[in-house]
Amino acid sequence: MDDAKQLKVVGQTGALVGSLSKVMGESNYADDLFLPRMLYCRILRSTHPHARIRSIDIGPALKRKGVIAVITGKDLPIPYGILPVSQDEQALCVEKVRMVGDPVAAVAALDEETAEVALEEIRVDYEPFPSVMSVEEGLAETEEQIHEYADRGNIHKFVSLEFGNMEEGFSQADHVREDIFHYEGNTHMPMEQHAAVAKCGADGRVTLWSSTQTPHYVHRALSKVLELPASRIRVIATPVGGGFGGKTDPFPHEIVICKMAMLTGRPVKITLTREEVFYCHRGRHPVLMWVRTGMKQDGSITAMHFRSYLDGGAYGSYGVASTYYTGALQTVTYPIANYKFEGLRVFTNKPPCGPKRGHGTPQPRFALEVQLDKFAEDLGLNPAELRLRHLMQPNTQAINHLTVTTIGLKECIEKITKASGFESKHRRLPEGRGIGIACSAYLTGAGLPIYWNKMPHSGVQMKIDRGGGVTVFCGSTDIGQGSDSVLAAIVAEELGIDPDHVIVVTADTDLTPVDLGSYSSRVTLMTGNATIEAVRTLKEKLFAAVAEVFQCDPESLTLSEGQVVSMKGKKQEVPFTDAVQWAEAKFGTLGSVGSYTPPRRGGKFKGAGVGPSPNYSYSACVAEVECDQETGIYRVLKLSLAHDVGRSINPIQVMGQVEGSAYMGLGEVMMEEQVFRRGLHKIPSLLDYKSPTTLDMPEMEIFLIETDDPNGPYGAKEAGQGPLLPIMPAVANAIYDAVGVRIDEVPVLPEKIFKGLQKLKSGKSSRIGPAFIPEVEFPEPIRVERPETAPN
Amino acid sequence: MIVDPYVLNVNGVDRRVVDGHIDESLLWVLRERLGLPGSKNACEEGECGSCTVRLDDEIVCSCLVLAAAAVDRRIATIESLSVDGDLSDVQQAFLEAGAVQCGFCTPGLLVAIDRLLEDDPDPEELTVREAISGNLCRCTGYAKIIEAVGKASSVSQTSIKSNHG
Repeated sequence: MDDAKQLKVVGQTGALVGSLSKVMGESNYADDLFLPRMLYCRILRSTHPHARIRSIDIGPALKRKGVIAVITGKDLPIPYGILPVSQDEQALCVEKVRMVGDPVAAVAALDEETAEVALEEIRVDYEPFPSVMSVEEGLAETEEQIHEYADRGNIHKFVSLEFGNMEEGFSQADHVREDIFHYEGNTHMPMEQHAAVAKCGADGRVTLWSSTQTPHYVHRALSKVLELPASRIRVIATPVGGGFGGKTDPFPHEIVICKMAMLTGRPVKITLTREEVFYCHRGRHPVLMWVRTGMKQDGSITAMHFRSYLDGGAYGSYGVASTYYTGALQTVTYPIANYKFEGLRVFTNKPPCGPKRGHGTPQPRFALEVQLDKFAEDLGLNPAELRLRHLMQPNTQAINHLTVTTIGLKECIEKITKASGFESKHRRLPEGRGIGIACSAYLTGAGLPIYWNKMPHSGVQMKIDRGGGVTVFCGSTDIGQGSDSVLAAIVAEELGIDPDHVIVVTADTDLTPVDLGSYSSRVTLMTGNATIEAVRTLKEKLFAAVAEVFQCDPESLTLSEGQVVSMKGKKQEVPFTDAVQWAEAKFGTLGSVGSYTPPRRGGKFKGAGVGPSPNYSYSACVAEVECDQETGIYRVLKLSLAHDVGRSINPIQVMGQVEGSAYMGLGEVMMEEQVFRRGLHKIPSLLDYKSPTTLDMPEMEIFLIETDDPNGPYGAKEAGQGPLLPIMPAVANAIYDAVGVRIDEVPVLPEKIFKGLQKLKSGKSSRIGPAFIPEVEFPEPIRVERPETAPN
Repeated sequence: MIVDPYVLNVNGVDRRVVDGHIDESLLWVLRERLGLPGSKNACEEGECGSCTVRLDDEIVCSCLVLAAAAVDRRIATIESLSVDGDLSDVQQAFLEAGAVQCGFCTPGLLVAIDRLLEDDPDPEELTVREAISGNLCRCTGYAKIIEAVGKASSVSQTSIKSNHG
C-alpha cells in the first residue's frame, strides 16, 4: 500500500483489548457470572446412541427438595438448526435420541448438586435401534433412518459438480494417479466449557449471556424455538474462552435455560461438564477421500476428480456447507484445468460434526498436498519447484469460478524453502531425518450469509461524545482472536488517537448492529471495512467543522496524535476534543454507521455459494522431522511457516494466530482423534483426549507476507485458520522423506509408521491408509462451463 | 454433608467458609463461596492446569484439592498476583509478548510461572517448558507464553543486578 508508511496504528504491535483484565483474573466469562436468586441447571442426556423415547417420568425429580423446574422435549418442541436447510435439532429430544449425549430432560434447582441428583431420578424408557457408527454403515440399507429428510437412507447430502471436460483433461495428462486418504475426526477442545446464564425480567424480556461465537444466530434460534419476537430477546456474548468453531451453533443448553428462566422467573445458569462439551462437538468431520489427478510432465494439473465421504454425526449443523467445502478450495492454489467434485455426508449416531478451524478444507488439502508429493517423486521433480512453477495468478478465476485477487504463495514458498534449507535437505538428510513441504489457501470470510438475505454481513455504529470519548458498537465477537483490538486499531488509526482511548462495545444484540459472528475468518475484513466506513463518515463531519473555523479546505486537514492539523498554508491545529465540540455544535449529536457486504462473486450453479470470498489467504509450510526407524516415534524439529496475511493490522496478534494455527495443526497430525466404540465416545475427557503440551512444540520460524489485497481493510486478509492447513501434509511428507513410509491418514501416529516400517522390511509397499472406497452411485453432476479467465 | 464453618487463608486474608460441604474442592469454594472466580475450571480432573493456585510453596490444581485440606495453609490465587494494582513482571510480560488470547488458561499459567521464577529467576527454556507442561493452552501454541517468561525473567534479572550494583 502506497501510504503504508503513514499508518500510525495499523501495522504496529499493540497489546490486545481485554488482555489486561485477563492477566488480572478479572475477565468475567459466562461461568463467572452470578445473579441474585439464580438457579442451576443440569441436562439429562441419552445413554443410547439411537433409540425411540417411549416415555419420560419426571415425577420423582420434581418432588425433590430444592428442585424448582423440570422440563422435557414437550416444552420445547420446535426444531431449529444453524442452516435453514437443516432444521433438525431440538433443544430436548421429543421422539427419539440420535447419539449418546443427546439432551432429553433438564432440571433447574437451588444448587448444582441437587440438580445433578434429580437427574438420576428421571426415568426414561427407551426402545433402542441399531446404531450407525461409520460412513460404511451409513451407506448400507437401514431399518430406521436417523433423519427422515436425508437425501437417501442415511445419506444426508449428495453433491456432484463438474467443471470443464474431464475426459479431455485426463487425455492430456502424461501421468495419472489415484490415491485414497482418510482424515480422522478431532475436536476443538476450547479450554472454557460452554456456559450460559439466562434471565427473564418482569416485563417478559429474556436475556441470555453465553459463551458463543455467533450471538446473532443464537438470537434467531431463540426467537424461533421460544416463539418470542427477536425484539423481546437479548443475547450477549461473554468473553469466549476459546472457540475454534465449537461455539458457532445455537446449542440446546442455551435454549433450555431461557425456557427455565421464563418458567421460574428466576435467573438460571448452566455450565457444561467437559464430557458434555465432547457431545456438543461440531468439530472436524472424519472424511474418506479418493483423488484421481492427471498431470503433465511439467507438473501442470490437467484434470482432478475428487470424491469425499463425510461422517457427519447425528445432526446437520453446518454439514451441508462442510460437504461443499471439501471440494471448494482445491482450485485456488494451483490451476486445475478440469475438475470434478463428488461429495456425500452421512448421518451417524455420534456427536454432530461441523466447522472446526479450517472448516471442511484441511481434509482435502491433506489429500491434495500428499498426492502432489507423490507426483513430484513419480515425475522426478522437486516438490517445492513443482508447486512454484504452477501457481494461480492474481486477478484470475479458478475453474470452479472462484476469484483470486492477490496471491502471495510464491513469496511464501521462497521464504520457507530458504529458511529451512529445503533444497539441500530434501531426500538428502541422513536416514531417520526428513523434510516435507505443503501449501494451502483459505477464505477471508464466506461470500454469502448462512441464511439468504441481502443485508450487510457486518454493521458498525459509532458515537463521539463532547468529552472526546469515541465508542464503536459492533456485533462482532471476540473469542480471543482479538477482534475487539482490530476495531480499536482501525478507529484509532483513522482518528489519530491512541487505541486505548477507543471504547469497544461488542456482541450484544440490544446494543450492537448485526455482525454475523466469529466464523469463516470473516471478522477483520468485514467489520474492518464497516468500521472504516463509519469512522470516515465521522471524520468528514469533524473536518467540515474545523475547516469552517480555520477557514481552510477540509481536504487539507489531518488527524494525528490527538490533534486536528491543517497541513496547507498557515499551520493551524486544534485538540481532538475541541474539534469534536465544534462538530457537535455544528451538526448536533455525533454518530455514524458503516456496513459491509462482500462483493457478489462466484458461479451461477447450485452450490456456487460455498467458496467465494473477498480474498484468499495463502500459507506454505516446511516441516522437518526426526523419526525412530525401529519404533516410528517421531518429533517435529522445526516448522518454517509463511502466511500471506495481506497486511497485518497488529503483527503480534497475527503472529499469535499463525502460531496457534500451527499448534492446532500439529495436534491434529501428531495425536488428536475422536474415536468411538459401540456407540460410545472413547475419550470424552482431557485426560484421554491428547493435545500438545509445551514439550511437544517444535521450533517455529514464521514469516508474514504482505500482498495488500484491494478488498481487505488496509489490504488485510485472514490469519486465524489458513496457517493450520499445510501443517498436516507437510509433516506426513516429511515422515516419508525420513523413513520412506507413506501415511495416507491423519493422524500420523507412531504405531502407523511402525506398521509401515514392518511392511517395508518385508519388501511390501510401505503405504498405510485406506485400501478402497465404498461403492456409491453419485447423482449426475451439475455441469458448469469454465469461466472466461480460467486456466487452460 | 454440611460441615461446621471453617477458615481458609486466601491471599493473606482469613476467610470463613459457611455452609460448605465436606467434599467440595478448593476450586469450587474459591469460585462459588469466596467470590474469587479468577481460577478457572476446565477439566475437573487435574489435567489442564487452568485452576492452578499456590498452597504454601506448592503449586496445585485446586480442582483436585479438598477445600478442607487447605485449612491452616496459605492459599494464593491469580487475584493476589498484582499488588495495589501494579502488575507483576510476568503479568506485564504476558501483555507485551501477546501471550494472551482467549485468556482462559492465563490465570493458571501466571500462578505457575510466578512460582517458577521465585525459585529460578532466569530459567533455561527447557525448565520453563517442563514447569508449565501441565498447563494446556489451545490458542497460542505456547510460543508467546515462553517468550513472555523470557521477558519476565530478564526484567527481574535486571532489577536484581541493579539492586546489587
